[in-house]
Amino acid sequence: MGEKVLMKGNEALAEAAIRAGCRYFFGYPITPQNEVPEYMSRRLPEVGGVFVQAESEVAASNMIYGAACAGARVMTSSSSPGISLMQEALSYIAGAELPCVVANIVRGGPGLGGIQPAQSDYLQATKGGGHGDYHLFVFGPGSVQEIVDITMEAFEIADRYRNPVMILSDGVLGQMMEPVEFPDHYEPGNIPKPWATTGAKGRPRNIITSLELDPVKLEQHNIALAEKYKKASQELTRHEEYMTEDADVVVVAYGTTARVARAAVDRARKAGVKAGLFRPISLYPFPSGALFDLATRAGAFLTVEMSMGQMVEDVRLAVNGTRPVHFYGRAGGMIPTTREVYGEICKVVEGRV
Amino acid sequence: MRKVFGRPNALTSAPTHYCPGCTHGIIHRVVAEVIDELGVLDRTIGIAPVGCAVLAYDYFNCDMIEASHGRAPAVATGVKRVLPDRVVFTYQGDGDLASIGMGEIVHAAARGENITVIFVNNTVYGMTGGQMAPTTVPGQRTTTSQSGRDISTAGYPIKVCELLATLGGAAYIARVSTTSPANVARAKRAVKKAFQTQLAGDGFAMVEFLSSCPTTWGMTPREALKWIDEHLEPYFPLGEFVSRGRAS
Repeated sequence: MGEKVLMKGNEALAEAAIRAGCRYFFGYPITPQNEVPEYMSRRLPEVGGVFVQAESEVAASNMIYGAACAGARVMTSSSSPGISLMQEALSYIAGAELPCVVANIVRGGPGLGGIQPAQSDYLQATKGGGHGDYHLFVFGPGSVQEIVDITMEAFEIADRYRNPVMILSDGVLGQMMEPVEFPDHYEPGNIPKPWATTGAKGRPRNIITSLELDPVKLEQHNIALAEKYKKASQELTRHEEYMTEDADVVVVAYGTTARVARAAVDRARKAGVKAGLFRPISLYPFPSGALFDLATRAGAFLTVEMSMGQMVEDVRLAVNGTRPVHFYGRAGGMIPTTREVYGEICKVVEGRV
Repeated sequence: MRKVFGRPNALTSAPTHYCPGCTHGIIHRVVAEVIDELGVLDRTIGIAPVGCAVLAYDYFNCDMIEASHGRAPAVATGVKRVLPDRVVFTYQGDGDLASIGMGEIVHAAARGENITVIFVNNTVYGMTGGQMAPTTVPGQRTTTSQSGRDISTAGYPIKVCELLATLGGAAYIARVSTTSPANVARAKRAVKKAFQTQLAGDGFAMVEFLSSCPTTWGMTPREALKWIDEHLEPYFPLGEFVSRGRAS
């Protein structure tokens, strides 16, 4: 690995994308993700790339569609209200099976909401988001280093599966500075894209479309997509466990919330309470199998989110009634404190919930 | 025997789904002949719209992309920025380009995006059954303006060429029709200029076709062409609005 540098999460994300071979960025300003397009506008021309500030998130996401059709490694970033505007294009991109990377630096909602960090786009991100039967692959990094690692891998995953990948970050991870290391030498994967529309010189012409008027064929397409997602659930799920071996209560949290939860687990352990942390890193596919396995030995679960309860639905599905699943959430840009989460752990242990 | 007339290489042999008398067929052929004559078929990427020409990817014999409604200029921007040495064109109707996609077309033109846009204006939403479009002329009857477009409630039709001509990035803007052999010949010259503008790297080029929809207009094909000349052309005058590229 290279030398350690101190970087903001959003800037690290942008640099990681460039290191991964991304040379095209189309975006639109929105807080709290502006460091990403600003960094890209400066850095991409230095490496022979192209930055375009689009007229809207609708246009930006369709430029992504076009650049992906042309076979490029391409990305955009936005924040919640802007991501909502991109859902149309993301549905088309997933339908046409094109690779791209989208970063959502989540802020509180609904509507215009606020600009403080939140995790209230979990369901939109993991369940499809736009119309039709599709999924993005979604990762929720928990540190600036993990933002770098996941962003670089996201382009490989997108190319390998021909599927959009979303990085679900938030204003805390995006704005905070942490030391990060980039690999000294990184060769972006060179997965052939014979399907790309680059001009049909020397080959039969290519057509990229998500339109299929024959219901028999459209059903076959949906079945093929479902098989792709099933394969991904076997290959892409990842999570981290902390002190779960003997835990009476396991906190389930991702991203920023997992950092708070980890401190709360430490505090609980100091107080003699057997707490642990299960941190999903892939949010779609969700690490359901690992969570179900953990349910055979953990006493109870406590899901903590910066929302009124979204990921908790996946936790309950994974645990499948074998153990109680409790929930604690803050919303609107409020961040749960260590003290609050510790208090909730104690309540679960003492049977006060 | 000498072959004196044939299908352009830039068109496939697929029978089109267009209604009898619709001018999409002529416009497809004009575009295809120009692509053939410029010898760029194997480095051309076309973007199909949502609307009557949604299946244009079955007819143009080059790499094709199907865009969502109105977004073809954004998709074309993505392709062209990645592949600046390829020829990229969009083919869009008036609902697609002048209503839902107004933002995308205006900003593609403003950026001087080096693409060619074929804009087919038949003043109705043909595919969905003939509803009022942003280019429906005052008094024109459609399924959502059944007593004729009332400008006091439905406002005025949008003159896209005139609008885009105000933008610095627009290098070639022309409006044509296909109501006579002479008009078809003029249309082809305009389309050729629009592609040459792109090949010269001069910026945004668009050709608007006044087109007929006999089916939803409730006319015979011949009546529909006459109606273009008598009712559309006075509102949407033909001609070149911008021609400032090196190709001109």
